[in-house]
Amino acid sequence: MDSRGNILDTQEESDQKLPTGGEKIIQCLEREGVEYVFGLSGGAIMPLFDALVDSKIQLVLTRHEQGATHMADGYARATGRPGVVLVTSGPGATNTVTGLLTALMDSAPVVVLTGQTITSMLGKDAFQEADVTGITYPVVKHSYLIKNAADIPRIIREAFHVATSGRPGPVLVDIPKDIGQGPCDAPFCDEIDLPGYEVATRGAPEAIAETARLLRAAKRPLLYVGQGAVISGAGKAITTLAEKLRAPVVTTLLGKGAVDETHPLHLGMMGMHGTAYANKAVAGCDLIMSIGGRWDDRITGRLSDFCTGAVKIHVDIDPAEFNKIIRPDVSILGDARLVVEDLLPQIEMADTADWLEQCDKWRRLYPLKYSKQGGLRAQHVLDRLDALTQGEAIITTDVGQHQMWAAQFCRSRSNRHWISSGGAGTMGFGFPAAIGAQFGNPDKKVWAVVGDGGFQMTLSELATAFIHKLPVNVLIINNNFLGMIRQWQEMFYENRLSGSDLEGNPDFVKLAQAYGVKALRIRRPADADRILREAHEHDGPCVVVAEVVKEDNVFPMIPAGASVSEMLIEKPKHALAKPSGST
Amino acid sequence: MSAAIELKPVPQQIHTISLFVNNVPGVLVRVALVFSRRGFNIESLVVSPGAEGRFSRMTVTCSGEPEVLEQIIKQLAKLVDVVHAVDHTGDSAYETEIALIKIEAPLAERTEILQVAEHFKSRVVDYGSESMILQAYGSSEKLDALISLLRPYSIAELVRSGKLLMARGKSAT
Ligand SMILES: Cc1ncc(C[n+]2csc(CCOP(=O)(O)OP(=O)(O)O)c2C)c(N)n1
Repeated sequence: MDSRGNILDTQEESDQKLPTGGEKIIQCLEREGVEYVFGLSGGAIMPLFDALVDSKIQLVLTRHEQGATHMADGYARATGRPGVVLVTSGPGATNTVTGLLTALMDSAPVVVLTGQTITSMLGKDAFQEADVTGITYPVVKHSYLIKNAADIPRIIREAFHVATSGRPGPVLVDIPKDIGQGPCDAPFCDEIDLPGYEVATRGAPEAIAETARLLRAAKRPLLYVGQGAVISGAGKAITTLAEKLRAPVVTTLLGKGAVDETHPLHLGMMGMHGTAYANKAVAGCDLIMSIGGRWDDRITGRLSDFCTGAVKIHVDIDPAEFNKIIRPDVSILGDARLVVEDLLPQIEMADTADWLEQCDKWRRLYPLKYSKQGGLRAQHVLDRLDALTQGEAIITTDVGQHQMWAAQFCRSRSNRHWISSGGAGTMGFGFPAAIGAQFGNPDKKVWAVVGDGGFQMTLSELATAFIHKLPVNVLIINNNFLGMIRQWQEMFYENRLSGSDLEGNPDFVKLAQAYGVKALRIRRPADADRILREAHEHDGPCVVVAEVVKEDNVFPMIPAGASVSEMLIEKPKHALAKPSGST
Repeated sequence: MSAAIELKPVPQQIHTISLFVNNVPGVLVRVALVFSRRGFNIESLVVSPGAEGRFSRMTVTCSGEPEVLEQIIKQLAKLVDVVHAVDHTGDSAYETEIALIKIEAPLAERTEILQVAEHFKSRVVDYGSESMILQAYGSSEKLDALISLLRPYSIAELVRSGKLLMARGKSAT
């Protein structure tokens, strides 16, 4: 019946039937090119789950909303395309908060759609109502509460635009159930009208010219490469820049892979657990140029000792990063790739032979090393994983000692092949992120390197990996400790262990098998190659449990808030003062 | 004798920031969070519609070290709903504020109060047997001076609009 109560013939009626708000949102997602949504249903979001039945978008049902959010994040980081999450109101939405923080800190484009109570019940403590936009303000790049179905196409378009452009980040859209269920006759929207939102692209020519001048004058230049370089795909241009300048390259934890780590000019990761030679180069350079890095406290250590006397150049797409931690001599606002490309023609071949010789000397003097005695070492297993995967696999990590060892020993060869939670340091990230990365790259091998502690935070996603027969591998570095915590307690708290022993851990092999997932165990160093290869070649998910020595420590280490001169290359013989740095 | 430690006072300046924002729900919270996350106190805040209904105007005053303020302004400007954020501290902008002051004074004492009020060009907008309300406007410093002169006469209630500001000439507020 139409509004005047006339009976229409059925053909006409179906032609005129309006989509529901939920259907409209799913159609908008299709127009955005979304392939997968990761999520878990509930009352308030049922209209959208219902609309998914008729969509070509594939739903990945997760076992926890945190897992869904990390999957979307891993998908986004591995592909550069936005990851989408669909969850219900109240607890469903609050379970995404950790994932939102993780994505925000590492600039990952994630769009989280949350169900909400009906508009007339907003603010009335309705069942499963939570003020989700309120709870999430500090952990999103932007957010929306849809109050009117007519706004759906505009809001979804804006959400994807904001999430993916400029410095990417998570965007949340809260959708009351009546909006999802009721009709929506708004046309699709392609235009963006956001007067408060500007995206920088090319750098200012004067700043680029000044940078070129400073680079030409530098005797000991150093390129410091961060996540911004990964996001903008600046790696090729940076490699050319480094080769022209003959300047060494160091990266942050997240910058790994932007430039091939096996390149002779690459000194590996800098910062708290970076290589000694990368950190020596940081301390010894006369010019440091950050390309998409934000001078994080894990990188700089004590600021008053950081690169004193060196010229500092800062390339960033986010103007709020300038002067936040350091005051650069030149800041260039723009996209990392475009800025470096514009810089290249102004760079001449430089003679830095002495400087490169010095860096190589440091490389020879202070190689990464570990004891080959006393049982199975995490470093050995990761070294062998690197030998097996040769940079072809995408490696994700969780957070802790294994993460730092993986960063040291698994040398990333290409962009978006290294995925780790840096800014937030979120335990539980690694495994679901690997699942997301695998969905985005069905033809690639994906390995999640996790600790026994963090894995237990999101391990229920074994079911997700099993159901989708994903060839994702999980390497559990099992030391039966919250290893990084134990290391700090040993080093800075007189070895007074407090809540770091994971006594009561399950048998991870049996656990994986209970999910139907193949599982293998490495006990002896000599078995590492064979077992890793068996997992690598297995067509389907496989868990490898490396039963490593319980009490090993990550070195080199610059204690939090200290400077490079206080770097510990190996286990110190004396007790250390408690670190003064941020955490 | 203990070593004398020289404590340098941190320069704390009152800053006036004006924000041009989208007139949408939540924008006030987003702005407030940029301050509260660093434990910054907003001294005064005025929100009103802009010339076009789609935008609003906010004028915020707060105190803090200049470097921190610089970062706060950048983070405000970064918010999607903030069109622009300008620190007018030190600018030659026109500033004004309105105050309503309720004084509970017996009729006998009011001559002096009215003299003070007159001196500050403030108006009596309510006159009852137990209390009266004065309305004053002018720079925030002028209002501070008026209020301190009126303190001895038991101010029962005080409402101030917060600072309003507009850039002079062609520069944007
Ligand atoms: C959600 C969360 N809780 C707590 C921490 C603090 N934390 C950092 S590393 C770590 C230990 C991790 O232990 P495990 O996963 O076993 O890895 P390992 O360090 O042993 O390699 C902890 C508890 C964190 N980063 N994230």
